[in-house]
Amino acid sequence: MSMTQGAPLLERGAATQAVAEQRRQSKRRDGRPGRPGRDAGRGRGKGSSKTMFLLIAPFLVLMFLFSYLPLAGWATAFFDYKPALGLGGSEFVGWQWFSMLVSSPTQVQQIGQVMANTLAMSFLGIATSLLPVFFAMLLNEIRAPWFRNAVQTLTTLPNFISWVLVYMIAFSLFSTSGLVNSVLHDWGLITVPLKFLDTDQNVWLTMLLWSLWKGLGWGAIMYLAAITSIDPALYESARIDGAGRFQIMRYITFPQLMPTYVVLLVLSIANMLNNGMEQFYVFQNAFNKEYIQVLDLYVYNIGITGNSLSMATALGMLKSVISVLLLITANAIAKRARGTSII
Amino acid sequence: MPTTSLATRRTRGDIPFGVVNYAGFLLFAILCAYPFYYLIINSVSANDLSALGRVRLWPEGAHLSNYGQILQLNGLSEAAVVSVARTVIGTACTVLASAFLGFMFTQERMWKRSLWYRLTIFTMYFSAGIIPLYITMKSLGLTNSFWVYILPAIVQPFNIILVKTYVESMPRSLQEAAEIDGAGTIRIFFRIILPNMTPILATIAIFTAVAQWNSFQDTLLYITDQKLYSLQYLLYTYTNQASSLAQAAQNAQGNLGSIVSAATSQTPTSIRMTVAVIVVLPIIFIYPLFQRYFVKGIMLGAVKG
Repeated sequence: MSMTQGAPLLERGAATQAVAEQRRQSKRRDGRPGRPGRDAGRGRGKGSSKTMFLLIAPFLVLMFLFSYLPLAGWATAFFDYKPALGLGGSEFVGWQWFSMLVSSPTQVQQIGQVMANTLAMSFLGIATSLLPVFFAMLLNEIRAPWFRNAVQTLTTLPNFISWVLVYMIAFSLFSTSGLVNSVLHDWGLITVPLKFLDTDQNVWLTMLLWSLWKGLGWGAIMYLAAITSIDPALYESARIDGAGRFQIMRYITFPQLMPTYVVLLVLSIANMLNNGMEQFYVFQNAFNKEYIQVLDLYVYNIGITGNSLSMATALGMLKSVISVLLLITANAIAKRARGTSII
Repeated sequence: MPTTSLATRRTRGDIPFGVVNYAGFLLFAILCAYPFYYLIINSVSANDLSALGRVRLWPEGAHLSNYGQILQLNGLSEAAVVSVARTVIGTACTVLASAFLGFMFTQERMWKRSLWYRLTIFTMYFSAGIIPLYITMKSLGLTNSFWVYILPAIVQPFNIILVKTYVESMPRSLQEAAEIDGAGTIRIFFRIILPNMTPILATIAIFTAVAQWNSFQDTLLYITDQKLYSLQYLLYTYTNQASSLAQAAQNAQGNLGSIVSAATSQTPTSIRMTVAVIVVLPIIFIYPLFQRYFVKGIMLGAVKG
């Protein structure tokens, strides 16, 4: 209130600057409690403690078994691996599987389609990555707290169910005997049921819509939290400057959310090849298989279902290596741009 | 107090904008919530109507016999036990291990502490891939074992970072006082540290429990023994395999003897809906409880190691 009273007396631009700067400084001075005693611990107990190490050793063993030991399985990619014979009994074939990936025309065509699907899903995800930002900004404009809370509750719920259940919901709503077809039929709009699921049409779009249905509300939570931590002085001074609601959204809220957004964007670029397989596995069928097989699902399909374990390992290995390289690159870019790393 | 403040200044576009904004969110909220409602009303409606997609807005011919009958389906009660067991045991193990490791990694005196910490955190950024993982599980004898649900999930680097950050923000004097009194590391952990970090542990517990309950891929990859199927996996087979489902429906009716009518005899739809509700209800019930931890969980996620 006192801000609004005194506002006309001040030069507007200066007010904005001053208030913001003041806040920033006061934050700098006492905003950081630091890590009390972090250095205090150093002086005590000069010798290293092996007992402490022994206490965590069992957990380190678990971590080694389930994260590092499987890397040895990459050797499979250089053998003609037969599970019954084990690695020792299988024939060593060198880079055969890797060259097969790029030599046989049918294989190349298939991998090309898989890569197209993978990148399409990733780029569609990146193209819609601003939606949670807008969702949060618009929800923030809603004044009635009960309505905001209700919307937040209902829209985050789908994030906490499994893809199996999402598929079950999709099936009961969109199968040929499902709700949508039966409603359309009752209204006389169709005579033959529409095939929403058993089709090769619009597979990418459908998958995008389901992942938005599941993830949009949850994705907005982080931005809603970020909005509450925006310095109120920025809003006060913008109002003093006479900014309207849309100008405040455009020039204050949106830019303030960008650092968070950029970090997530860079991470999603680094994760370009990792779509996960669960969503695509549950939705896949004989009709949509060509367009739904992303890299993770393809590796599963040829490896476990098709029994080409070595080929699948070779492909998975390439994927892992490229992913780590992408992550390192993304991190380096973020470090150069923002001064801090993202991982 | 003046009634007009700059904060509520209205521009010409405000009212249409408000209406559209409210309507948009209302629509999306309905889109998110209706499918759950649809499952529930169908699971308690007359089975001949639900099979035709006629139950749309409220239950028709309501009855609860589906829930009794479904439990007699082959494998369903076993799957429920497996899912509950993995959720309870898995969550307990993961939470305790995360708390302990997060605390231990703050102990500067530990031999090669930062090496172990870095090795642990590094596992977040790569994966050997599903085939090498499958081969590893197989050679460890974990395929077709209940422990494949528990053991690989115990060490979670992300949770360890959360706990470590939390412990570092606690006053050091707490620990020092205990050390002066002669308490050992284990004692300090259980007596001093653990009771003081319930908020962060609750957050971890909730997210771990949801992940365990929802997990589907590990059953798909490592389990062929029907006794170890999880509810999620069973739901998947029910949704996708019409033939096995019709068979299941017949069995369910056979088990019940003679008194079956069109409204209560099992159809593929009624089985699917009822199992889906059984799978989703625990999530809906604990949902209000863990909503409090959302923002906490996700903002802590922004803290780096």
